[in-house]
Amino acid sequence: MATIVAEPTGIPVVEEHHEMSFIRKYIFSSDHKVIGIQFLFLSLFFLLVGGLLAMLMRWQLAWPGRPMPFGGLFPETMAPDGIMLPEFYISLVTMHGTFMVFFAIMLLLVGVYANYLIPLQIGAPDMAFPRLNMLSFWTAVPAGLIALASFAVEGGAAGAGWTSYAPLSGMPEYSGVSMGQQMWIVSLVLLGLSSILGSTNYITTVINMRAPGMLWTRMPLTVWALFITAILGLLAMPVLSGGLIMLLFDQTIGTHFFLPETGGQPLLWQHLFWFFGHPEVYILILPAMGFVSEILSAGSRKPVFGYKAMVGAIVAIAFLGFIVWGHHMFQSGMNPVLGTSFMVSTMVIAVPSAIKTFNWMGTMWRGNLHFHTPMLFAIGFVMLFVIGGLSGIFMASAPFDIFIHDTYFIVAHIHYVLFGGALFAIFAAIYYWFPKMFGRMMNDRWGKIHFALTFIFFNLAFFPMHTQGLAGMMRRLYDTSGYTHTADLQGTHLLITISAFALFATGVIFAINFFGSMFRGEKAPPNPWNATSLEWQTPSPPKHGNWEQAPVVYHGPHEYSHPDVTDKDWLAQNERPDVVSPAGH
Amino acid sequence: MNWSLPENIATYGGKIDALFWVITIVTGIAFVLVEVGIIWFCVKYRRREGHRAYYTHGSKSLEVLWTAVPALALVALGVYSASVWAYIKGRDAAPSESLHIAVSAKQFEWNVTYAGADEVLGTSDDFSTRNQLHFPVNRPILVWLEAEDVLHSFFIPQLRVKQDAVPGMTIPVWFEATKTGDYQIGCAELCGLGHYRMRARVTIHEPAAYEAWVGEQIAARAASGEPTVVAASADLGNDVGDGTGQHAGHDHSAGGM
Ligand SMILES: [Cu+2]
Ligand SMILES: [Cu+2]
Repeated sequence: MATIVAEPTGIPVVEEHHEMSFIRKYIFSSDHKVIGIQFLFLSLFFLLVGGLLAMLMRWQLAWPGRPMPFGGLFPETMAPDGIMLPEFYISLVTMHGTFMVFFAIMLLLVGVYANYLIPLQIGAPDMAFPRLNMLSFWTAVPAGLIALASFAVEGGAAGAGWTSYAPLSGMPEYSGVSMGQQMWIVSLVLLGLSSILGSTNYITTVINMRAPGMLWTRMPLTVWALFITAILGLLAMPVLSGGLIMLLFDQTIGTHFFLPETGGQPLLWQHLFWFFGHPEVYILILPAMGFVSEILSAGSRKPVFGYKAMVGAIVAIAFLGFIVWGHHMFQSGMNPVLGTSFMVSTMVIAVPSAIKTFNWMGTMWRGNLHFHTPMLFAIGFVMLFVIGGLSGIFMASAPFDIFIHDTYFIVAHIHYVLFGGALFAIFAAIYYWFPKMFGRMMNDRWGKIHFALTFIFFNLAFFPMHTQGLAGMMRRLYDTSGYTHTADLQGTHLLITISAFALFATGVIFAINFFGSMFRGEKAPPNPWNATSLEWQTPSPPKHGNWEQAPVVYHGPHEYSHPDVTDKDWLAQNERPDVVSPAGH
Repeated sequence: MNWSLPENIATYGGKIDALFWVITIVTGIAFVLVEVGIIWFCVKYRRREGHRAYYTHGSKSLEVLWTAVPALALVALGVYSASVWAYIKGRDAAPSESLHIAVSAKQFEWNVTYAGADEVLGTSDDFSTRNQLHFPVNRPILVWLEAEDVLHSFFIPQLRVKQDAVPGMTIPVWFEATKTGDYQIGCAELCGLGHYRMRARVTIHEPAAYEAWVGEQIAARAASGEPTVVAASADLGNDVGDGTGQHAGHDHSAGGM
């Protein structure tokens, strides 16, 4: 079949495409939509793995030394008689963080939605480099599998934390882990490569392939966020990769970059890691902010409040994100004068997040709020992200950080940002764009139940960690009952563990809804949310090549309730001004 | 559940705790404002048939307001924090009359070297203890912190002190207790499988009792014929790790305990 469509851009809109084999279509596909969906399955799988590891940790914390259910399944080296060993606990801590940060949240936000949404939202037929895109996915797959396989090798999986501080990470004689740590490094180098390939592609696509009329000021905030995120990834990832390779050399060929005996510096690893790590934090939240801005706007039937300030805040965060990394190192032994300057830059970077929060509230103000599932998750995001943002101020203050650094307060903070923040936005995005991806709606009633239970159990599981941190409970302890100041917090552990189990169980509701709707869901119209951006102006799911007719953009991205449009409360970006009444934007 | 910080027994602990309450109040106001605002909007502006949202792209004055207010509050907090930070962790922050003690961390124990009767580290009456830290109340203590193998972190919650110990560096950290009693050092930096049990007993004495304890220790070592001197290099007292640079390691591992 061949469709020829007018192409005002000079870019062939719909290529001549032949019936493709199953493998070309679904496995080694270069269609950005298929690749986005492939990333979705991959990252949801690692979300599940990361969650399971967390459940094991929670068991040990609530009932230290008690045999785990199904504990007999674990080999002697992990849990003899079903009782978890300290070294296995440390591996769980490490790999939970690694899977969640790199393979679940990052791939969900960027791998899935940058791939799926960028071409659709800017009106392009595909990515600038479709094959690079395919390569990016097929690099991420072995990366994840290598990390997973490291549990099975001698010495177990990496055990130096997801930040893998040297020298523990560089010296098997101290960690007891050698092969596992090397696999961790190789896995992340591969993932870094995948991410760099992806970023190059996203940046090029956004710059070069926007439909006619898709000015920078008409790009949906999701595209803005993903575009800036890609720039962050491109600048930050190579630093991590470089550091990782140095760490690998320290272990394998006898270099001493981070090992002090012969002149190496352990703090150098921390500088390299966090020079990547802080921008990474924003890689993990900017796209979420983009989704939420857009879903709140559609759900409130109002334009995004302060669009330009929102774009400015994204850009400001990206820039400042590169000069705050030292706030992770206040107590590291780094010169305290440096600590002061990092403290000031860190205080400043909180401002753009404050702007965004108030603008989200401004978006809801005097709206006509539709509480569908994506909207609920987006509102939940704002409510929880605020807590994570505000708790960050406690640790941004270097002198108070003396007390809470490396305590459960930090654990609470990161989960409010990455689960309450990023993952809530991801759920919002999944419910919102599912009809576009699969052509069917997810069940809204079950979606709401999923939201309510997730919201409740999330807070029950993670809020109490703030209080444990204030009591001085250190992170990454296999058993906290040995310290006088934490011994009587066992009851809190129990509450957290039971809530965490319940939180994990809510995932089942989501999984059933997700897979059930894929086959049995109500058929989705092209634009189920009456939304304005381009992806809703093409069939659900879009065909290969995306457009029946190449879109031309006339309006801003979030034109809801425009006073000149009277028959409906939204104005698609590509609606011709002479068809509808004249519009201001 | 616990809603506050543990007992404070440090002279500078009050500054840290005051900062905690200031941040709690400032963030508490922001928290209530946002959460109540969102819930209120959800109720007030919920969908009504035939109703249309108010069309606006924003408000300059509002946006300037909610940029400026957080910016001012945060910068003020930064300046306030910076003074407390310099007082506690500044390189020259330790009072000159401090009692010097050397602490060396290794998997999974804390080795402490005392200056003995002459109060000078690196002399022949130095002695060491393992997993016990003794010092007098009401006197600034300056700990020279080192690590032998991997990172560790020296944490005494009630003294509001935490400092990573880094192999290859000697990092000064000071504190002064206002109360005698028994406490614990915890390790706050992941250091391997025994991280969770890397703790030491802290005993804070009355000054006279501390003198007596030092005397006992020296006498006991003399009686048992064990060396009281542990290999500590002579420059320990005036040697400051510069935070980025590398420092010749001191070896305290030959303790007689
Ligand atoms: Cu950071
Ligand atoms: Cu430790």
